[in-house]
Amino acid sequence: MSQNTMNLKVKVWRQKNAKTAGAFVTYDVAGISDEMSFLEMLDILNEKLITEGGDPVAFDHDCREGICGMCSLYINGKPHGPWQANTTCQLHMRAFKDGETIVIEPWRANSFPIVKDLTVDRSAFDRIIQAGGYISVNTGNAVDGNSLPIEKQNADDAFAAAMCIGCGACVAACKNSSAMLFLSAKVSHLALLPQGAPERKSRVLNMVAQMDKEGFGSCTNTGACEATCPKEISISNIARLNKEYLGASLSAE
Amino acid sequence: MTFKQMFTSSVGKKLVMAFTGIFLILFLVVHAGLNACIWAMDGGIMFNKAAHFMGSFVVPRVLEIGLFLGIFLHIVQGYMLTLENKSKRKIGYEVNYAKGSKWYSRSMAILGTLLLMFLIMHIYHFWTPSRLGGIGGIKNLDTFNLNGVEYHNLYAEMQFIFTNPIVVLLYVLACGSLAYHLAHGFQSAFKTIGVHNRRYHAMISTIGYGFAIIIPLAFAMMPISFYLHWVN
Repeated sequence: MSQNTMNLKVKVWRQKNAKTAGAFVTYDVAGISDEMSFLEMLDILNEKLITEGGDPVAFDHDCREGICGMCSLYINGKPHGPWQANTTCQLHMRAFKDGETIVIEPWRANSFPIVKDLTVDRSAFDRIIQAGGYISVNTGNAVDGNSLPIEKQNADDAFAAAMCIGCGACVAACKNSSAMLFLSAKVSHLALLPQGAPERKSRVLNMVAQMDKEGFGSCTNTGACEATCPKEISISNIARLNKEYLGASLSAE
Repeated sequence: MTFKQMFTSSVGKKLVMAFTGIFLILFLVVHAGLNACIWAMDGGIMFNKAAHFMGSFVVPRVLEIGLFLGIFLHIVQGYMLTLENKSKRKIGYEVNYAKGSKWYSRSMAILGTLLLMFLIMHIYHFWTPSRLGGIGGIKNLDTFNLNGVEYHNLYAEMQFIFTNPIVVLLYVLACGSLAYHLAHGFQSAFKTIGVHNRRYHAMISTIGYGFAIIIPLAFAMMPISFYLHWVN
């Protein structure tokens, strides 16, 4: 298979740290193969910057297999770039044309402060999970996996919600910087399974309270989150979150 | 968990928007239904009787207080939520993400503001002369007597107001705003109160789009009917 190479311009947000103001800087990257991943293209840019004695562009990444949720980047006006149901690390350069200028921005939300360049602090998600994204289990011998009957549809919906990798693309895409697609995936995942039943009410109340404390916005059901989610988490989970919240807050002491 | 906490959380604020929104949707049905009496082709007798009932009977008058409270809450909460949501992203994007959502779902505050401007004009045209006519400098409506009962001739007032083509155009444009506001608001309100089941969701979306077309169309046809003398 023949591979094409291309020359591109990348317009990247550069910011030294959380306290300094940032600005866009445009770089030329030459000889990029269309078979490269997007992050490999950034690796080449960084090698060039290091060779020239400059400061490499900071960006988050880990598994580069589309399953860990570490990579981010708001590419040409869409979180994780132009492809559907895809993470930035799985985006390949064949998505772009020779001579194109690619605009790369960090996730923008007050709750995701910039650490450096394209790296943002997403620990707000960790604190939301800590507030209720757990279940109680008895210690001792492991229970037989088949001893708890679970309806097929509920199991499927719970697994679909559990696909969320917590990357934060939903917050980045939302005009309100709302984290409700993320939260609704976590709440749905556990509310649909019998293991999640003991803390079902306190979970949704505590997690919503923590989400509000972190400063995320309110959902207005535009659907931008669902459209950009690399794991195709359905917005119907947000409706389920609302139902869980309404029920729990009405019946709480 | 207090009721204050319940309705001031990020989910709770949406619940206030959704409950008041659904209440206003129900009001639109009543309003459109009563106004449809203009097409009874009886010179406005049925319409004026209906308007008289709404203005003189205690039940609709009490509901009217609820209606004003609902509208007020929907407007105030809507603006507060919009400003609050906007404040959550201090630095915006260079390239905006427009493909993932419909323009009207992102423009509810602007469409709502257009509706508020219309509402002020609409209340000035019909509600104040009907309810407060004669107080201070507020215009009084013509009256007529039928079987010993004094009726406001609100029908004649409609005929008069809708002789002005600019007013007719503003009313029709407001119906356009209403259509797009409802196209998003109807199904969004039901999602917010927790309707997540696939079959209900598909049904509510379809009903929502139908409602967003039929109700504003019925309202738009009213000034047009008077202006083009389809009703006399």
